Amino acid sequence: MPGPDKETDLTERIEAFLFDLNRGGSGAGPLRGSAETARETTALLRRITAQARWSSAGDLMEIIRNEGRRMTAAQPSETTVGNMIRRVLKIIREEYARSRGSSEEADQQESLHKLLTSGGVSDENFRQPFAALKPNVIEAINELLTELEGTTDNIAMQALEHIHSNEVIMTIGRSRTVEAFLKDAARKRKFHVIVAECAPFCQGHEMATSLSKAGIETTVITDAAIFAVMSRVNKVIIGTQTVLANGGLRAVNGTHTLALAAKHHSTPLIVCAPMFKLSPQFPNEEDTFHKFVSPHEVLPFTEGEILSKVNVHCPVFDYVPPELITLFISNIGGHAPSYIYRLMSELYHPEDHEL
Amino acid sequence: MADAGEPEGPERKDDIVKAKQEGKELTKEEKQRLRKEKKQQKKSKEKKDDKPSRDSEKEKKPASAASPAPQTPTQPPAQKAPSAAPAPVPVPASETPSAADKPAKSKAELKAERRARQEAERASKGKKGDVGPQAAPGKPKAPPSELQPVVKRLPEHVQVDNPEVLKKLAKKLERQQTPEYNAATKIPLRSDYGYKVSLFSHLHQYSRKAPLTQQLGIPSTVIHPAIVRLGLQYSQGIVAGSNARSVALLHAFKQVIRDYTTPPNEELSRDLVNRLKPYISFLNQCRPLSASMGNAIKYIKKEISNIPSQCKEEEAKRKLLNCIDCYINEKIVLAAKAIAKYSIEKISDGDVILVYGCSSLVNHILCEAFEKNRKFRVIVVDSRPRLEGREALRRLVQKGINCTYVLISAVSYILPEVSKVFLGAHALLANGYVMSRVGTSQIALVAKAFNVPVLVCCETYKFCERVQTDSFVSNELDDPDDLIVTRTGTTQLEHWQEVPSLGLLNLVYDVTPPDFVDLVITDLGMIPCTSVPVVLRVKNVDQ
Repeated sequence: MPGPDKETDLTERIEAFLFDLNRGGSGAGPLRGSAETARETTALLRRITAQARWSSAGDLMEIIRNEGRRMTAAQPSETTVGNMIRRVLKIIREEYARSRGSSEEADQQESLHKLLTSGGVSDENFRQPFAALKPNVIEAINELLTELEGTTDNIAMQALEHIHSNEVIMTIGRSRTVEAFLKDAARKRKFHVIVAECAPFCQGHEMATSLSKAGIETTVITDAAIFAVMSRVNKVIIGTQTVLANGGLRAVNGTHTLALAAKHHSTPLIVCAPMFKLSPQFPNEEDTFHKFVSPHEVLPFTEGEILSKVNVHCPVFDYVPPELITLFISNIGGHAPSYIYRLMSELYHPEDHEL
Repeated sequence: MADAGEPEGPERKDDIVKAKQEGKELTKEEKQRLRKEKKQQKKSKEKKDDKPSRDSEKEKKPASAASPAPQTPTQPPAQKAPSAAPAPVPVPASETPSAADKPAKSKAELKAERRARQEAERASKGKKGDVGPQAAPGKPKAPPSELQPVVKRLPEHVQVDNPEVLKKLAKKLERQQTPEYNAATKIPLRSDYGYKVSLFSHLHQYSRKAPLTQQLGIPSTVIHPAIVRLGLQYSQGIVAGSNARSVALLHAFKQVIRDYTTPPNEELSRDLVNRLKPYISFLNQCRPLSASMGNAIKYIKKEISNIPSQCKEEEAKRKLLNCIDCYINEKIVLAAKAIAKYSIEKISDGDVILVYGCSSLVNHILCEAFEKNRKFRVIVVDSRPRLEGREALRRLVQKGINCTYVLISAVSYILPEVSKVFLGAHALLANGYVMSRVGTSQIALVAKAFNVPVLVCCETYKFCERVQTDSFVSNELDDPDDLIVTRTGTTQLEHWQEVPSLGLLNLVYDVTPPDFVDLVITDLGMIPCTSVPVVLRVKNVDQ
C-alpha cells in the first residue's frame, strides 16, 4: 500500500534529518553550510507537503509547525531551519489567499492604516479545502528552491560594484559567500586580503588557502592583531550566521571586535548574507543566543592540575549591533541595516514568528 | 689621505717617535676633534675599499696630532708614518694591500671628495631621519659634523628594505672585534626567513629554527659565553617579557665585568664600553632589543664612562657591579612594590579584573592584593600563538585566586561581567602611546566600548623618547611558522611557503592610543597617559 509506506518513509526521512541537525552543531565548524541546511529543509518540507495527509491549508500548516518545532529544538542555533519553515508557511498562506480569490494586498501585513480602519482580526482559519492548493504550494516551494540555489551567485555578481583595485580587504573566519564574492572580484581586479584566523577552530586558515589558490594575495593574521592592522584596511567584508530582526548580526566570535575596530578607523563594514539567513529573532529574546562548545578547545585537558580550578568559556557566536554595520549585500541587492525590518515583513508573516 | 705605504727605513721611525711625543702633549679637546676627523676619514675609507682598518687608524691618532688647524696638508705625511708601522702591530695581512692602494688618489681629489661628502651629510640631516649614502645608521654615537644632534638616526632594524643599510650592518659586525683577535671570528649576520608581508618588508623576520649561535665558530672568542647563552635564550623565547629580559641582560653584564681585565695601555672606562659593543650587536641580532634593555644599556655605559681614570681595576669593577645591583633593585624590584601599593587602592572587594597575557608586574600586583585579603576574581585573556596567558593562569591559580580563562576572540562576550582591566606594558612612548603585546590595543578598544576602565601598570625605566602612531613602522616579526601549529597538530597552512600568494604575519607588539587608557600606574604615582614626556624630562634633569 503506498499510503503507509509513504508515511513511514516520510517519518524516516524526518528522523534522519533531525539526527543530522543534532550532530552537525557540535562545534568544529558546521559539518554542512547554511545554504545546504536551507536546501535540505525546504526539500523536506516539499516532501511533507506532497506525502503527508492533509485536507485543508490549516492542517498542513499545523503539521509543518509541529515538525518545525522539533527541528528547531534539535539545533536551536541553526536558524536557517526555522527561517525556511516560516517561508513555507507564508507561501501556504499566500496560495490559500489566492485560491480563495481575495487579492494579496488585502492579506498584507498590518500597516498603521489597516489597524485603524479594518477593525478587528480577520477570522482566517484556513479550513476551506481547495483542490488546486497542493500543486500550487509545491510549485511555489520549487521556486523557493531555485532561489536558494542561486543566492551565492547572485551575491558574487555584485562584487565588482564594491571592490576597486589595490584595495586591502579584511575578513574573519570562513564564509562560503564571502569566498565566492572575493573570487568573483579577483577575476577582474587585483587586491589584497587579510584573513583573521578566528581561534580556536582556525577556520581562517582554510579560507586563506582557498583564496590564495585562486591567485589572491592573502595574509593570515592572529585574532590579536586585528586592531593593529586595521589602520591599513580599506574595507571589511564578513559573512554571518544569522541576521537578526533589528539589523544586528549573530556571527562567529571575534566579529564584534572586528566591527569595533572598523568603526574606530571609519572603515566600512559590509556583510554578505543571503536572504534565508534573515531571522525574526531579536538579540535578547531568548537565552539561547549564545552557544558554547567544549572548553577543551581553549584549555586542553593536558593542562592538568589547573583545569579543575578554572572556569573556561568557549562561545561560538558574537552579537554585533546594527550601528556598526554599513551595508548588507544579499541576493536581492544591497540594503542598509535600518531596512532589514521591511525585508523581514515581506518574507514572513507576523503570526509565524513564534513557531 | 694619500699614504705612500712603502716603509722607507729609519726616516719613518723618526717620524713615528716625533709624532708620539707630540701626541702626549695634546689637550682633551684636540684629541676629541682628531677622533672626529678620524671617523670622517674612516667613512671615506669605507667607500673606497671594504677592508676594515681600525688598527692602523688607532695608530694614526697620536701621529696626526701634530697640527690642529691646517689639517689637510699635514695629515697625508703624518699618516704615511703610521701606515709604515703596521708591521710590528699584529694586524691582519690584508691591511697592507689596502694601504698600497691609496697613493692612486691625489690629495686634491681626496679633499674635494671629503668636502662633497660633508655637504651631502649636511643636506641629508636636513631631512629628518633620512638616510643618505653617507650616514651610518648603525652607529649609536652622534654625527661628527657641526650640526646639532637633534635628528635621531633610524635604527637598523626598521630599515631592512634598504640594501645599503644591510651592507653597512654587515660591515659593522665585521669590524666589531677586539684588536687581539683576528677577523675570522666575527659576529654573523642573521638572514631573514620566509615570505614577508609587503606592509612589513622593512622589518626583519627570523626563524626560530635557525638561531644565530649556529653560525658562531667554536670557540667563539669574540663573545663572552654568558652573552652567547643569553642570546640563545632570547631567540628561542626561553627568556621573554621585558622585565625578565632586562634583568637577564644585567646579570650577564655583571658576569662580563667580573671576567674582564683591562688590557695594558688602555683605560677601563673606554675599553669596557668598546668591549660591550659587539655583545650588544650580537644580542640585537638574536632578538631586537626592547626599550627597557636599551635604557639599561645606556645607564651602564654612562656608569662605565664615568669611572675616573685613576680608579684601580678591582675597585672600578666592584663599583660597577654595585651600580648594576642598585639599578635592578631600584628600578625593578622596589618599583614593583610601589606600583603594587598604588594599585591595591584601586582594587575593591567584589571586583572582576581582566588581565591579558602574562605581565610579571600585573601578576605581582594581583598576588599582593590577594594577600591583603581583597576579594576579587580574575579573567585571564589569552591569544594564539604564544598562549602566554596559561603561564599567568598557573601562577594565579597557585596563589588561590578564582580565575576564568578565555581566548581573545571571546572578549566581547565576557566584558559585560568585568569591572576593571589591568594591562602591562612593554614601553611607554613619548606621545602617550602604550607599546605592549599585540592584542592589548584590541582589549582596550572593546573595554572602552563597554565603558570599563583600563589601567596600565608600567615602571618608569620603560619610558622611552620614541614616538609612534601605528603598529607598522617599528615592530617585531616573530617566526611565521608559529601560526601553523594548533591544538590538533598542524593545520592546512603547513605548506604555506609553496603557495606564492600566501603570507603569514606574526606580530609581537602593538601600540594603544592614549584615549583608550584611563590611568597609568608607575612607581612615581598614578599619572595620565599623556604625562609621559613630563616624567622623562624630570628623569633627565635628575641625571
